[in-house]
Amino acid sequence: MQNWPLLTLITFLPLVGGALLLILRGEAEAVARNARWIALWTSTITFVISLACWVYFDPTSADFQFQERAEWVPSLNIGYHVGIDGISLFFVLLSTFLTPICIIASWTSIEKRVREYMFAFMLLETLMVGMFCALDFLLFYTFFEGILVPMFLIIGIWGGPRRIYATFKFFLYTFLGSVLMLLAIMVIFFELGTTDIPTAMTYSFPVSLQIWLWLGFFASFAVKMPMWPVHTWLPDAHVEAPTAGSVILAGVLLKMGGYGFLRFSLPMFPDATAYFAVPVFVLSVVAIIYTSLVALVQDDMKKLIAYSSVAHMGIVTMGIFTLTSEGLQGAIFQMLSHGVVSAALFLCVGVVYDRLHTREIARYGGLADNMPKYALVFMVFMLASVGMPGTSGFVGEFLALMGAFQVNTWVAFLATSGVVLSAAYMLYLYRRVVFGTITREDVRAMLDLTPREILVFAPMIAIVLWMGIYPNSFLKPMQPSVANLIERVQVSLDQTRVKSDGQVAQR
Amino acid sequence: MQVAAVFLPLLGAFIAGLFGRLIGDRASQLVTCLCMAASAVCGVILYRQVAFLDQGSVTNLFTWMDTGDLQVQWALRFDTMSASMVAMVTVISTLIHIYSVGYMSHDKSIPRFMSYLSFFTYFMLMLVTSDNFVQLFFGWEGVGLCSYLLVGFWYDRPSACAAAIKAFVVNRVGDFGFALGIFAVYLCFGSLHFETVFASASEVAGNTIDFLGFQVDALTVTCLLLFVGAMGKSAQLGLHTWLPDAMEGPTPVSALIHAATMVTAGVFMVVRLSPLFEYAPVALQVVTVVGATTAFFAATVGMVQTDIKRVIAYSTCSQLGYMFFAAGVSAYPAAMFHLTTHAFFKALLFLSAGSVIHAVSGEQDMRKMGGLWPYIKITAVMIWIGSLALAGIPPFAGYFSKDMILEAAWAAETGVGHYAFFLGIFAAFLTAFYSWRLILLTFHGKPRADEEVMHHVHESPLVMLLPLLVLAIGAVFAGWLGKDYYIGHHMAEFWRETILVLPEHNSIEEAEKGLPFLVHWAPLIVGILGIATAYVCYFFRPEIPGKLATRFRGLYLFLLNKWYFDELYNFVFVRGAFGLGRLLWQKGDRATIDGLGPDGIAATTLGASGQVSRLQSGYVYHYAFAILIGVVALVSWYLLQPILY
Repeated sequence: MQNWPLLTLITFLPLVGGALLLILRGEAEAVARNARWIALWTSTITFVISLACWVYFDPTSADFQFQERAEWVPSLNIGYHVGIDGISLFFVLLSTFLTPICIIASWTSIEKRVREYMFAFMLLETLMVGMFCALDFLLFYTFFEGILVPMFLIIGIWGGPRRIYATFKFFLYTFLGSVLMLLAIMVIFFELGTTDIPTAMTYSFPVSLQIWLWLGFFASFAVKMPMWPVHTWLPDAHVEAPTAGSVILAGVLLKMGGYGFLRFSLPMFPDATAYFAVPVFVLSVVAIIYTSLVALVQDDMKKLIAYSSVAHMGIVTMGIFTLTSEGLQGAIFQMLSHGVVSAALFLCVGVVYDRLHTREIARYGGLADNMPKYALVFMVFMLASVGMPGTSGFVGEFLALMGAFQVNTWVAFLATSGVVLSAAYMLYLYRRVVFGTITREDVRAMLDLTPREILVFAPMIAIVLWMGIYPNSFLKPMQPSVANLIERVQVSLDQTRVKSDGQVAQR
Repeated sequence: MQVAAVFLPLLGAFIAGLFGRLIGDRASQLVTCLCMAASAVCGVILYRQVAFLDQGSVTNLFTWMDTGDLQVQWALRFDTMSASMVAMVTVISTLIHIYSVGYMSHDKSIPRFMSYLSFFTYFMLMLVTSDNFVQLFFGWEGVGLCSYLLVGFWYDRPSACAAAIKAFVVNRVGDFGFALGIFAVYLCFGSLHFETVFASASEVAGNTIDFLGFQVDALTVTCLLLFVGAMGKSAQLGLHTWLPDAMEGPTPVSALIHAATMVTAGVFMVVRLSPLFEYAPVALQVVTVVGATTAFFAATVGMVQTDIKRVIAYSTCSQLGYMFFAAGVSAYPAAMFHLTTHAFFKALLFLSAGSVIHAVSGEQDMRKMGGLWPYIKITAVMIWIGSLALAGIPPFAGYFSKDMILEAAWAAETGVGHYAFFLGIFAAFLTAFYSWRLILLTFHGKPRADEEVMHHVHESPLVMLLPLLVLAIGAVFAGWLGKDYYIGHHMAEFWRETILVLPEHNSIEEAEKGLPFLVHWAPLIVGILGIATAYVCYFFRPEIPGKLATRFRGLYLFLLNKWYFDELYNFVFVRGAFGLGRLLWQKGDRATIDGLGPDGIAATTLGASGQVSRLQSGYVYHYAFAILIGVVALVSWYLLQPILY
């Protein structure tokens, strides 16, 4: 299986489905129905094939697997090169898992321009999967930036009333960061003479250059993450996005920053990473406490969850920069967990939004009476979000904080206070929406989950519990790659230390 | 067997919780009660095997986390300590399941209630049988979750919802310390497995670690952090505020979770970790002081409360304080003994209180009771038994355990030990006083309820009385039966390796050697004095309390308002957090970041382009004029250039 072009297949299969969508003709009603089914089938098949990557993935190896190469611009040493290691494997799976969920979740809530909507999602899936598989800078950058386009359209066409403001904010913010990354990529190309990522991962850049390159990449990843203080695009984008858009945004797009740190900043610029670790810790801790407090006072469900995402991502950045095996595995796990849990929470908001067309928390209350199944589902994901042991949220948070404690107790101390705050804002949200008594007639008329909605939530609950009770299925495959990464950083730091000691000795 | 004991309640919880609507109320009750009873049978058999036949075991289920360095197993550890807890928890939980069948019979969501109760029991069992810190934390958070769900069981009551959130969040503050403590353990020992950690505790003792920039003794800071967790769960002073409010939950919940089992988890944790605490004398002193102060504080507040359940809640808080200072003076067996006896008589008291509340149509205010004795005699007897045990009157259960705790505190021969002894004695007086205040206000005197209520007063059904009888047997005999094993001659072969007491800390043996006459008899004397005082104040001269309250109004209000902890916390933390959140949102995110960032730049760009676009006025003479100025400027530039240079 290792030699099959699996990655190319799962990357471009959705695009084939997208092409099919474009040639659909006929009555509007029929086109819409066919578009839904084509998108669902395509994304489901893609997901099944992507599972093969997991099954045939060699969990004992830290190398890139399922590698494929093809020439693209041979004169400049730019090639089509894809492959996955233990770090990217699960991000690919996360993308292929969430896309069919999104399609089902939009089954009835999207009524206008269904064909175009589905095409946007197919394109989005190709770009997401491609980005996580890419092993060439130019290829990566193409996918990385390309994602903005379908996302821009999804929010801008199918979004809420203030969608134009939100899309521009989203686009410009992230684009501004990416331009700096492009500059850094160009510098790397001139330094190396190739855009091959594995080559760059073993190359030792001079320390002074590392600093600048690190900052270039950081600008892009920090916005994507998003880290405080460049997070304000996220709440606006979430509020205006349609439910499925929020799902992808929170589920996959927020992981691009963290993935970028792991793929580029750490292995390529280890000295700069160590140099900037403390500032990143400060920003992470501020993010955790600041955005948790802000989440506490939100009146809009989506905004609240968006702010909680920023806090959770703060734990991720903190974990990554501890450069310990617990911290890194915790951070990756936290990203995966958050990918499922926050996506599910946005779907939970979508459920009530579809029924009442408002996200204002105060309009609800007492849903436990007429929507008991919904209350249970929401409860599970709320608990996962506050890091209840036994759910996926605990493992990542626990490991990341444990890694932080080994490096810096202040960071761990302040970041752990986030567990108190997250409990406060999530329980307060749940209490206002689900508990209490029903005071309005339209709330009383709301119906419980439909079979289609249960179909969406059931696999997500299963995964959240699986990740919480037996996380080893996920931790094991990523271990060799993480260990390799840490070793690479340590060796490089030691060399630099020896060099600088040598210089001191010569003087 | 081990697996069955722990996982049967989970099975019951799943069946009742997920299919409760399908199979109906009666079947849900049956399933959960049967699963619980089976689990209790397993639990008792295991207790006998482990504690008396020395067949302890560790059942590894499967790996939980494995990051390369850190390895955590799902495991069921059965040694004397966990087996005694398992037996106690399963038996009491079974009784409370049965009681709930009667107590909750008019409720509209019975399957949900039964499911939560079983679910709670499962988590409690996972907690006590854990073989490592992380599974301990799993059970810890799990019981906290169930407590949240059960306190907020009547989710349509705003006060219940508020109390539920308060319980969870205050516990989370404790968990914050607990989590940091676990991280510190991992930093010091490189493992989170109990045996590995305990084995190297003596080597790590004396090491220092950097904590928040200070070089501190590793074990001291670790134990103190872990103790913060215990304080949260066991409602010790400072983190106790959630417990009285948690009485919003149905009474069986108060009995099971907020008296017998969950709140004792903190004590269990400290005793379980005795091999660590023994090497951290400073931490032990802190435990002693906090425990003793809580015992005193809660007793003073319990003295003036009027809600029958809140009186018992404060009494629980106070008794937990006793257990903690027992652990603090290294009398761990005494702490465990009191934990066990307390579970019986406090569950008895709560369930009897529930029976009273049931009788007077849901009223909980003792000022509206009185004179109930002729109508509910069995319940009254039960409360008498529970109170006698609580007040430490021989031969009831509480006498043996409480007496030993106070003697050990004295025999520890330390400053904090004596502090604990005196506060403990004073609290024992108050305990007896408020217990009889409760009895006298509820059962004697003239009926203060209205006639409608009095007309309906009735004894509870058999399904509720039977569990009471069983618990009463425990409250009478548990102390007398257990004392030789828990704290007496057979102590060493009973506890085996599970409790470590360094030779220089052996306060129980010191206490056995003989104590001053007064010290030995003081607990009993103050107990009787307390009862007598209560009789004087509420039976013979009922006008005294009112006079005292007006005379010492400040003190009375101070006690009535629970030392103003709630007001203080509400002001500082709740309003503080919301205020800060609003400030950061409006001034931080909106005004500063967006104002200077995207919106600011956008506005500036728009403004500038607006200015620029105004130049394009469309009038030919404007353009002509502009060209003219340009020509003039250029020409003059060329002409002037040679002159300037």
